[in-house]
Amino acid sequence: MSLFVDILSWACILGGGFFTIIGAVGTLRFPDFWSRLHAVSVSDSAGMLLFILGMCLQAGLTLVTLKLVLIGIFLFITGPTATHAVANAALVTGLRPPIANDIEPEVEGGA
Amino acid sequence: MSGVYQPLTIGFGAMSAIVATYVIHRMNVVDEDRVPLALHPVRMLQYWVWLMVEIAKSNIAVTKIILARDMPIRQNFFTAPCTEKTELAQVIFANSITLTPGTITVETEDDHFWVHALAYSADDPDALMDMDARVLAVETGGRA
Repeated sequence: MSLFVDILSWACILGGGFFTIIGAVGTLRFPDFWSRLHAVSVSDSAGMLLFILGMCLQAGLTLVTLKLVLIGIFLFITGPTATHAVANAALVTGLRPPIANDIEPEVEGGA
Repeated sequence: MSGVYQPLTIGFGAMSAIVATYVIHRMNVVDEDRVPLALHPVRMLQYWVWLMVEIAKSNIAVTKIILARDMPIRQNFFTAPCTEKTELAQVIFANSITLTPGTITVETEDDHFWVHALAYSADDPDALMDMDARVLAVETGGRA
């Protein structure tokens, strides 16, 4: 049983590490500011959630797990809020997102 | 929460809680409009499960784009209608959009959001309308 939990938790932790690295790779590879924001959100959601889940399984039913769950909930709420703040600041200061050539742009006026 | 239950530690906690409450009371910053927690609990749970699946799906999609040799990015900046009434439900909807990799809520207005998408496809607005309907169901307790 404990072997099963160990395997599951290590799978979660390794998966979290994989998605975090993918987020970093995407941040480096993507061409501009707006697409890089998307790459970061991979490590923000999948990476963070899998790491926390894996550590919860390692800790078992203890106070540590309760604290990890609380950290997860707070990150779950503040992560997208921070991303939104960065994106909104970029838009307000006049950095317009690039739009693919084959798409008709909607009327500007978001800010 | 540290597992230490000595009177000194608990005392420090109680003291700081009292001091913080006193300071906030002095500052008079507790505004009058309370935020009513008017969400349907069962629908909320259903929504969370659905959101987790969506996050997993879009994570895999964005990971594929990052690892692809030519990175098939097709960026777009478009509006998504938002039919929620309360601010809380609007925040849930906007955060859900940002939380799923590939879409970010950039600007919020009264009845629509400006959304930036990494790899835009023609059925993205429909997917966002579906998410909007689900958040509305959480807000009102109706059927999704």
